[in-house]
Amino acid sequence: MNREVIVSSGKIARDLSDAEVKEIEHELTLYPDKKAVGLEALKIVQRHNGWVSDESMLAVSKYLDIALSELEGVATFFNLIYRRPVGKNVILFCDSVSCWIMGCEKIRKEINSHLGIDYGETTEDGEYTLIPVPCLGDCDKAPVMLVGEKMHRNLTVDSIKSLSSSRETQNKSGE
Amino acid sequence: MTGSNERPLTKNIDLTRGALDVVGYERAGGYLGARKIATGMDSSSMLGMVKDSGLKGRGGAGFPTGLKWSFVPQGPDSEAQKYLVVNADEMEPGTFKDRMLMEGDPHLLIEGMIIAAFAIQASKAFIFLRGEYFESERCLSKAIVEAREKGYLGENIFGSDFSFDIVMHTSAGRYICGEETALLNALEGKRANPRAKPPFPQVSGLWGKPTIVNNVETICNLPGIMANGIDWYQSIGSGGDFGTKLFGLSGRVKNPGCWELPLGVTIREVIEEYGGGMQDGYSLKAFLPGGGSTDFLTPEHLDTELTYDAIGKLGSRLATGTMILLDDKTCPVGMIGNLMKFFSHESCGFCTPCRDGLPWVDSIFEEFERGGGTHKDLAILHDHVDYMGPGKTFCALAPGATAPLGSGLKLFEDEFEAHIKNRACPYKH
Repeated sequence: MNREVIVSSGKIARDLSDAEVKEIEHELTLYPDKKAVGLEALKIVQRHNGWVSDESMLAVSKYLDIALSELEGVATFFNLIYRRPVGKNVILFCDSVSCWIMGCEKIRKEINSHLGIDYGETTEDGEYTLIPVPCLGDCDKAPVMLVGEKMHRNLTVDSIKSLSSSRETQNKSGE
Repeated sequence: MTGSNERPLTKNIDLTRGALDVVGYERAGGYLGARKIATGMDSSSMLGMVKDSGLKGRGGAGFPTGLKWSFVPQGPDSEAQKYLVVNADEMEPGTFKDRMLMEGDPHLLIEGMIIAAFAIQASKAFIFLRGEYFESERCLSKAIVEAREKGYLGENIFGSDFSFDIVMHTSAGRYICGEETALLNALEGKRANPRAKPPFPQVSGLWGKPTIVNNVETICNLPGIMANGIDWYQSIGSGGDFGTKLFGLSGRVKNPGCWELPLGVTIREVIEEYGGGMQDGYSLKAFLPGGGSTDFLTPEHLDTELTYDAIGKLGSRLATGTMILLDDKTCPVGMIGNLMKFFSHESCGFCTPCRDGLPWVDSIFEEFERGGGTHKDLAILHDHVDYMGPGKTFCALAPGATAPLGSGLKLFEDEFEAHIKNRACPYKH
């Protein structure tokens, strides 16, 4: 096996885990070339590690033989690839038009005061990161947000209070 | 079975239980349309039937589906590999219809995909699903496995000589992927910048192969057409459009939601009968008829029929059919500003009017919000309706943004003026 080390800005490609390799290999069977799997591989790596570090980026670039600059270009293009560490649960907060009409700004302030975070920030205990997201497609139940993989609908000031008071249960259901 | 013929898209959807599995779906008459490929119907008759049905694309543009398919080169000299791609990247602001279909009745989409794939002779399809739709992904993945186990996907489906399979692709979040050539670039693992047309995807699409990209709701129309025939399909709808459409309401309406109704129903009927009218204390000021990229309409248009032509004649578009209602207590300038922020963020950055124009427009709206808007700013906004309009940009994203911007500048001139005069938003308490 080729163990050559790729160095970029002093960073070195890490070894992909067996589970990561297995999932990437499965994706490779679905597409006609390696390049098409680049974004999928980044998502896989992110699912296992929470975010895509430089070391992970280098590892995917090396594994799929995609130029680092090209992969980085794809990674930074898409909203859901995180190039910085995020909390255990990412809150994708819908601030698009229907949620805005239904008062999502108030909810955002409530998150701010109860969890102490605004857009792009992570709670001190590393539980939550707040990120705005374009329309989540649940507009009849606005305002809404996605916490981990779970939709929270018809948000009120109280739903944010209960989210912040039940952090531990939230962690379990967010899987 | 009551009502199933009037609601072909949602007859199996019951929000109080999960989606039907393959057995339940078949018991409800499912896969009858797709089975026609095993009972002697050839691909060109299937394509002809969809063409004759008059089905128009439900993703926004309203292009005739059968006509689009007919551009795929067929015959012995054509590319052997053809692709079908389902655009499930639902991200238009205020649009929540495809989610309901995918989570409510996933086998309907799969059956529709089999029909579309056979008609264009594609052996492989991708569902391009937005990454945030985790529940849709779970529902569809489960249904795909069930269909494969039954032999409805895979080699020689339904015992015919046609082989076809589906790959679920989840995206990583960018509105521009809804543009079909940008979507193809994303599927190929590239940045999702739109491509130059021609060549059109029907001739040279995914990895250079002939490719059809259709919206989820469009595809979900196919099983009904195949099973019940063209006469039945054309008996639904009025005003020159056939079949049903999902119509949605969001905003300060009593009963927001999404309903399958015949094309040609009036706007008033949707808002008053299905939506129950506006919430107490709120009245309807204006609305976007089909998502964030459509021109504002006003209460004087309530008796217009919801058809592609009728809404087009008013200078707007039916587009996704999901209406966003603006009430009298919400600031129209703020609402347009919210949309501009969205479009600005989602610009792919490829062409100048969009990349530079939208952030400029966005920053002016922020200034209006802070109370610093001037008449000069207002003139710049007016200029951008032209600078970013149709024909000035590489794709339809920025022209889409000019729809609420241009119509809003005209309609809400007084509100813009009030922001300038008061040096503040008059709607803020």
